[in-house]
Amino acid sequence: MNGTGNIVALKPFPDAARLELDDAQLRTNLRRATHTIRDKRLRVVGEVDDWEQLRLSGAAIKDDVLARLPELLERFEEAATKAGAVVHWARDSAEACEIVTALVKETAAREVVKVKSMATQEIGLNEALEAAGIAATETDLAELIVQLAEDTPSHILVPAIHYNRSQIREIFLSKMPGVTRGLTDEPRALAEAARKHLRAKFLTATVGISGANFAIADTGTLVVVESEGNGRMCLTLPQTLISVVGIEKILPDFSSLDVFLQLLPRSSTGERMNPYTSMWTGVTPGDGPQTTHIVLIDNGRTATLSDEVGRQALRCIRCSACLNVCPVYERVGGHAYGSVYPGPIGAILSPQMTGDGANKTLPYASTLCGACFDACPVRINIPEVLVHLRQKGPKSRAEHAAFASISWIMRDRRRYAAALRAARRGSAPLRGRGPLRRLPWPASAWTVSRDLPLPPKESFREWWAKR
Amino acid sequence: MVGQAMNAREEILARVRAHRPSAPVTVPRDYLPDVAGIDVVEVLVDRLVDYKAGVHRASAASLAEVLGALVASSATVVVPPGLPPEWFTGPVVRDSADAPVSVGTLDAAGVTVVTGCAVAIAATGTLILDAAPDQGRRVLSLVPDHHVCVVWTDQIAGGVPAALARLADPSRPLTLISGPSATSDIELNRVEGVHGPRRLDVVIATR
Ligand code: SF4
Repeated sequence: MNGTGNIVALKPFPDAARLELDDAQLRTNLRRATHTIRDKRLRVVGEVDDWEQLRLSGAAIKDDVLARLPELLERFEEAATKAGAVVHWARDSAEACEIVTALVKETAAREVVKVKSMATQEIGLNEALEAAGIAATETDLAELIVQLAEDTPSHILVPAIHYNRSQIREIFLSKMPGVTRGLTDEPRALAEAARKHLRAKFLTATVGISGANFAIADTGTLVVVESEGNGRMCLTLPQTLISVVGIEKILPDFSSLDVFLQLLPRSSTGERMNPYTSMWTGVTPGDGPQTTHIVLIDNGRTATLSDEVGRQALRCIRCSACLNVCPVYERVGGHAYGSVYPGPIGAILSPQMTGDGANKTLPYASTLCGACFDACPVRINIPEVLVHLRQKGPKSRAEHAAFASISWIMRDRRRYAAALRAARRGSAPLRGRGPLRRLPWPASAWTVSRDLPLPPKESFREWWAKR
Repeated sequence: MVGQAMNAREEILARVRAHRPSAPVTVPRDYLPDVAGIDVVEVLVDRLVDYKAGVHRASAASLAEVLGALVASSATVVVPPGLPPEWFTGPVVRDSADAPVSVGTLDAAGVTVVTGCAVAIAATGTLILDAAPDQGRRVLSLVPDHHVCVVWTDQIAGGVPAALARLADPSRPLTLISGPSATSDIELNRVEGVHGPRRLDVVIATR
């Protein structure tokens, strides 16, 4: 059963990438942002002596979860139910949206407040609620910016990374009620405007909708990691809370969290710890929502699980470190990937979850430089999966188009080489690096999948020119 | 009913059973159980200052005085049901199950909430609240503009694993707080004080 929703690209990657590459402002914004985050990440990862051991544990815990997933899902359901939550199951995005919409309708609420959540974006929940006459307000600042702009997110962690401050000011001026021309483009002033705008909504909302970063099987506990406090507002103030959770978010027990609460913030925002993490278990009388629902979604996850090489993508904790070190992402941004999961992880996750269509070209949206693997806190070998998916998929057309687009994205060889060097510097703080393990893609597609060794002295450019 | 399609739960579980990896996985746990060899108080203070929280020191004897000074300009001081009465000499609004303080009251200008905490993590500058009587409902430390949190030095663990292991009951509502609310969504500039309390003061007290 294939996944559906906002993970199905409408255009092949090469076509979408060409459009995005025309946007110089986008490239400037992206470059600045990704470099800032990756520098921060390097600093805080560097101060953890046991980072490599944490990565190994994190990857193994997730693999163990996949091996025991049926039992753990049942245990989670039982524990959460015992604690007062109602657990629902959804095969795909349409079913998930139907369940959530019906739950909201039961409460008679016409408005809901939302915590930033990849799962609800994936299933297209806001669109489904709107069609049912329910207004969903995104409360994460970046999500709000994107929602007001009627745009789509371009990054997992900082969805409005493609806007700079003056663009954000313009969006607020034209779309946020009560904002006057006196608003400056100072980040502090913009954040204050958002705070005012959302405060009334938080205090009156009766239904909150969230995802979850982790779901603890032993106790039925959900965990949300955030920065602004909008998550705490949505998780605490409404009477009803509905959480949409991918089945791969399960962790066996509370003690596994000690690994992930160390890996995630440092990989994600480059902080030692994010400002707020909330954990709740079912219903606590007198404290927080008194009705809690959990919707467990498949939407292509079991399809991904069926591929022995590709299933490692299900370890992903959505930290976005791989996006920030990716030389291709840095040039084309998130939209080109046509899925809520962009960048290197999107290139392996979206095609596996959705099976077919324009996503077929995504495994070619990479140079195989390896920076993403080095950065990944759960050691997903993204280049390995990319090569695997390329070999699996029908090759010729997608490959040809992708060759052309990657060469175009990376058309200046000097810039390309510098980008690769920078990517590798940015991803591996802990050990010394030898020379590139493999030739950058597309040359590597030859060496890896076709067994045609390249003459060692031939430069990339010379080789490219001969093709 | 024979022939009826499986429901979503059964179908998903069946698919997971069919597709999951067959080999059992051994999980290595070679990471450090705690951050050893640090002065936990010193490191906690360093992290909190880095997050732009206010940091203050007190002894059991001087706690009331230190707290009094921190709330001197507050219009209202709200405290959870089990906050020790000897921490305050002035008037406080005490939350309780019978008479819960309304969200409107908490949202008013000039409200300070004073709570204890369950555990603190030095390495990450984190306070963990677990809704025990001296911390109260989650909303208390969320809606007011100013949160004052008292941490006893014997509540400070070095690193994340040691701190989580100390929690009495992980199924209570838990809130991990590392500095005041912040966003980095605009050109990645950190701005403190979005939706949570804009001011966080931490009083590190020695028993
Ligand atoms: S693949 Fe790894 S680096 Fe990329 S978002 Fe997922 S966990 Fe983070």
